[in-house]
Amino acid sequence: MKVVLKNLTKKFPNRNKKVGGEIIAVNNFNFEIPDGKLIGLLGPSGCGKSTALNLISGLLKPTSGQIFFGDADVTELPPENRGVGLVFQNYALYPHMTVRQNILFPLENLKGDKKLSKEVMEQKMLEAARLVQIDMLLERKPKEMSGGQQQRVAIARALVKRPDVLLLDEPLSNLDARLRLQTREEIRRIQKETGITTIFVTHDQEEAMSISDMIVVMEKGIVRQIGKPQEVYDSPVSLFVAKFLGTPPINVFEGRVKDGYLYLDDQKVLAVKGTKDGDVWVGIRPEGFTLDENGPMICHMNGVEVMGRDVSVVSTHKACVSPVIRSIISAESKVDPASENVRFALKPSKVFLFDKNSEERMEFTL
Amino acid sequence: MEKQSLKGWLYLLPAMIFLGVFMVYPLVDVFIYSLEEGFNFVTQTSYGVGLYNYSYVLHNSYFIQAVKNTFLLVIITVPISTGLALLISLGLNSIQKLRDLYQTVFFLPYVTNTLAIGMVFMILFKSTPYSDGMVNMLLNAVGLQSIDFIDGPYWAKMFVLCFYTVWVVLPFKILILTSSLASVNQDYYNAARVDGTGSLRIFTRITLPMISPSLFYLVITGFIGAFKAYSDVVALFGTNLNAAGMNTIVGYVYDMLYSDSGGYPSYASAAALILFVIVLTITCINMLVRKKLVYI
Ligand SMILES: Nc1ncnc2c1ncn2[C@@H]1O[C@H](COP(=O)(O)OP(=O)(O)OP(=O)(O)O)[C@@H](O)[C@H]1O
Ligand SMILES: [Mg+2]
Repeated sequence: MKVVLKNLTKKFPNRNKKVGGEIIAVNNFNFEIPDGKLIGLLGPSGCGKSTALNLISGLLKPTSGQIFFGDADVTELPPENRGVGLVFQNYALYPHMTVRQNILFPLENLKGDKKLSKEVMEQKMLEAARLVQIDMLLERKPKEMSGGQQQRVAIARALVKRPDVLLLDEPLSNLDARLRLQTREEIRRIQKETGITTIFVTHDQEEAMSISDMIVVMEKGIVRQIGKPQEVYDSPVSLFVAKFLGTPPINVFEGRVKDGYLYLDDQKVLAVKGTKDGDVWVGIRPEGFTLDENGPMICHMNGVEVMGRDVSVVSTHKACVSPVIRSIISAESKVDPASENVRFALKPSKVFLFDKNSEERMEFTL
Repeated sequence: MEKQSLKGWLYLLPAMIFLGVFMVYPLVDVFIYSLEEGFNFVTQTSYGVGLYNYSYVLHNSYFIQAVKNTFLLVIITVPISTGLALLISLGLNSIQKLRDLYQTVFFLPYVTNTLAIGMVFMILFKSTPYSDGMVNMLLNAVGLQSIDFIDGPYWAKMFVLCFYTVWVVLPFKILILTSSLASVNQDYYNAARVDGTGSLRIFTRITLPMISPSLFYLVITGFIGAFKAYSDVVALFGTNLNAAGMNTIVGYVYDMLYSDSGGYPSYASAAALILFVIVLTITCINMLVRKKLVYI
């Protein structure tokens, strides 16, 4: 089922009497989630991700705007009639019920002609449990299971009614690093197997990038950019999006454009045509540096960190706003950590210019 | 390890000494009293040792009446007060406006003196030569006969006592239950809503199990409290409870200790121990039931 948001806005009254006014948690959302895709709703803490999700689930009523599932307007429908499955950040498994009872619970709620027989319920429950591979834990209580197992039970409970839309609110934030990796692949697999349109909320960009078909980057209730993860990474529309995506994070510099050239401090580092002269923010991805003895960019060497396959050169530069510059280069290249300076050439496709005031992206050609 | 545990015991010592002197020793003493036949308080001597005191108490019609009263009080007031408190707490929990105000109002009886409340109940229920009391005026207004709730028929007195007891214990129960209800994670309700759970089912399958530990705590302390009822009865019916037929077990013990003839500590001790055994048994049964019903 495709999901369409039209001018969706949610305002909360501000409790702080001194400030007054309203908090706009979700500001004029307009986008479409194609049928059967997994999209990642991504943004820093407090940017309105959970609010957006709760609007789609129906737990919150929007201040204005509409929500469509397929062609049907569901804005006024209560959550139980929307056909959504919701997985909460803390799973919200009923602690007094076994896994079996937890997964059966939504089915037992069905009334009237939707009512199922005991056998059918049992069968559907087993199906869902098998899908998330917890069918051997059915008699356990939630507290007798690991975080990853609980998370899978929560997914099974959300899936057992075969919802049209599956909503996941930071489902991995309680898991350790290894389990996170494993479980996010699991979520991807389950989503592919069922083909259910899925919205996945996270503040971890790596998580969103790795499993989503499409990511929606939010800041302070506003959608900043929508697109395929690689597209958004390769051409961020603003400094915020550029800073938000990527590990290690993008290196930010204060630069100046003059006569078609980009200057960092006094160094003329790159030809940038088609931009007006003046001060700019410069973002350079860690993989945008190449070692070059005659490179135009001269940085002060701090050290070298070996990270398995790659090597990260840590250096500083006068124009750099981040505390250090991290540049990733292949392990074969020779770099002497003891030398005073290190010289780089820049890959133009990994260098972004942003307007000094609006922080919006400025295109340039070579 | 040895040293560690020795240190632990050392820390516990002051508390142990106090408990020993003020709790264990009196208990043992009461037990001994209860077995000494014909104990004379003045000479501190007795004829012998045996179970006669128990036999006497168990055959004493005042004691039997007191046991009957106490059990009635327990059986009637514990379910009613707990149920009522649950209803009120659910109501309080579902309103937003003026919630604090209502909470305070419901909590007021808890910080009011028992005897003061007793006086108010007297005024409400007692019929004097000058007035019939508020309740009787109301009864008359709807065309019913006056009833003497304080000196009248047994059921009327029992009614007042139960009414009063429920009234007195209600605030504490409401306090416990409202906070218990408020501490249930909202996500469970949201999850249930998304799953299309009806409100009755939410109550029976989610709310009740979630607050069951508090509910059980209230039932157990309610039982114990009602078994130990005394001051409430005095507040309503005065000190001559045996004559009024409204004595409780604790009242009986008290009367036995301080009756005009110098008191019968042996009988009092026997009655006290019988009460102890009753409360212990009921509490044990409660605990066993708890294992079955409470999820934590
Ligand atoms: N019920 C509410 N009343 C008032 N303000 C609220 C309410 N719920 C959320 N907000 C505000 O709306 C904004 C967005 O909150 P939301 O919970 O959607 O953030 P989030 O992106 O999910 O953050 P996190 O990653 O920390 O979960 C925040 O500023 C929050 O303070
Ligand atoms: Mg959130």
